[in-house]
Amino acid sequence: MRVKELKLVVTFHTTADAMAMEKACKQAQAPGRLIPVPRAISAGCGLAWCAPLDCEEQLRSLMAQVGLEEENIHTCMV
Amino acid sequence: MIYLDNAATTLHKPPQVIQAVAEAMASMGNAGRGAHGSSLSAARTIYEARCQAAALFGCARPDHVVFTANATESLNIAIGGLFAPGDHIISTDLEHNSVLRPLYRLERSGVAVSFMPADRLGRVDYDDLDRLLRPETKAVVCTHASNLTGNMLDLARIGRFTREHGLLLVADASQTAGAAPIDMAAMNIDVLCFTGHKGMMGPQGTGGLCVREGVEIRPWAVGGSGVQSYSQTQPEEYPTRLEAGTHNGHGLAGLSAAMAFLTETGVETIHAREMALMRRFYDGVRTIDGVTVYGDFDAPDRAAIVSLNIRDYDSGDVSDALAEEYGIATRPGAHCAPRMHRALGTEEQGAVRFSFSWYNTETEADAAVRAVAALAAETA
Repeated sequence: MRVKELKLVVTFHTTADAMAMEKACKQAQAPGRLIPVPRAISAGCGLAWCAPLDCEEQLRSLMAQVGLEEENIHTCMV
Repeated sequence: MIYLDNAATTLHKPPQVIQAVAEAMASMGNAGRGAHGSSLSAARTIYEARCQAAALFGCARPDHVVFTANATESLNIAIGGLFAPGDHIISTDLEHNSVLRPLYRLERSGVAVSFMPADRLGRVDYDDLDRLLRPETKAVVCTHASNLTGNMLDLARIGRFTREHGLLLVADASQTAGAAPIDMAAMNIDVLCFTGHKGMMGPQGTGGLCVREGVEIRPWAVGGSGVQSYSQTQPEEYPTRLEAGTHNGHGLAGLSAAMAFLTETGVETIHAREMALMRRFYDGVRTIDGVTVYGDFDAPDRAAIVSLNIRDYDSGDVSDALAEEYGIATRPGAHCAPRMHRALGTEEQGAVRFSFSWYNTETEADAAVRAVAALAAETA
C-alpha cells in the first residue's frame, strides 16, 4: 500500500454534491481529487474530495461561493 | 416512412445522441459506486446532465433534478409523494393517464380531486380555478399541453394562481419538454415532470423531475444509493432522496447529448420550426370535405399536434390506411386521454393524431395533407 499522509477530506451527503465539488474545483483550478470515503471517517461508501491540508480556506470559500454544503471536513491519513 | 408520431416518441434523434449512448456503453461504470475512472466517468456525465436539465427548465439547483425512467414514473413519484388523505387537488380534462391514474389512486385513499372541464375545442376556463378552490386544496396538477389536441395550458397564469393561494403546481411537460420554452422560476412551477424521449430527442428510458427547493416529496423507492450505506432509511437529500438503484447512465449520456443539441439549436427555434410544420399541415387539412380537426388553433401557443377524423370512420382504419397505403405513421385511438376524448365527443371514434418534430419537413407535411385528402375523397 502507498505511504499515507495527512490530508484534507471533504465528505458530502450525496454523490451529486461530490460531483458538483469536482466541477467547481476544476473550474477554479483548485487542487484535489475524488476518492472513496476513507474508513477512518465512515464505514459507509461514497465519494470524498481529498486535497492538501493547506487548501482548507480556499475550498471553504469556493464551496460557499457555489452554494455547496459539505457533510463534514476532516483531516485524516490518506 | 413519413414519421408523424412524435408525440409518442421522436424516432429521429440527433446523431450525437446515438453516438453518446454507444460510447457510454463501451466505457461507463456505475455512477457513485466507486472512485475509479469508469465510475467517475458515469458520475460526471450524470451530474452534467443534471446541470443541463436545470438550465434548460429554469430549475435553481442541479441537485434537485431527479432522474427517472420516464414522465409516468416522475408523475407517480410527485403525485404519490406530496399529498395526504383530506387534501384536495385541482386538475384538468386535458390530462393523460400518467396524471389521471395516480390521481384516481389518491382518490381511493381519501384525497379529493376536481377537474377543470374542457369544452368542445379542448379549452379550459381559467376562472374554474377560483370556482374549484377549497380550503383544503393543496395543488394544481396539470399538463403543459394536451397529447391529443396539442392545446397548451397557460402555466404562467396557473402558476400565479397557485402562488397567490399557497398551492403547489405540479406540471406534466411530456409534450413540451425540449419542444417549447419552459421556465420553472418564471412560471412558478414547483415540480416539473419530463420525459427524455419525445421533444428532448433523447433515448427512451430517460426522464425526470425538477423540484423547487423546499418542496419535500416522500421517497417512493428505497435501496442502493452509494452513500450513507449503514442508514436504514433512504438519504433525505435530493437527488438521492428520490433515486434508488443504478441510474440509466447509458441513456442519460444520450440525454445529455440531446440537451446539448437543444441548447445549441435553441428551444425557441425548434418550437418555431415545429409550429410551422404543424400549421402547414393544419391549413392543408382543415378545409377538406369530411375532415374534422380537434383543438384550439387560435390560441397564442400550442404543441405541434393535429388530431382529426375523416367522416365517421374508425380512427384505427384511417391510421392503418395511412401507414399501409401512404407510409405515414400516425397514432389512432384514445391516446391514454379518456377525459379529453369525452370532452371532444370522440370517445367511440377515437382520433388520428399527426405530431411533428424538428426532423420533419414541409414535403412530409404536404404528403400527409394529400394522403388525408385522398382518403377523404375515397370515403365520400
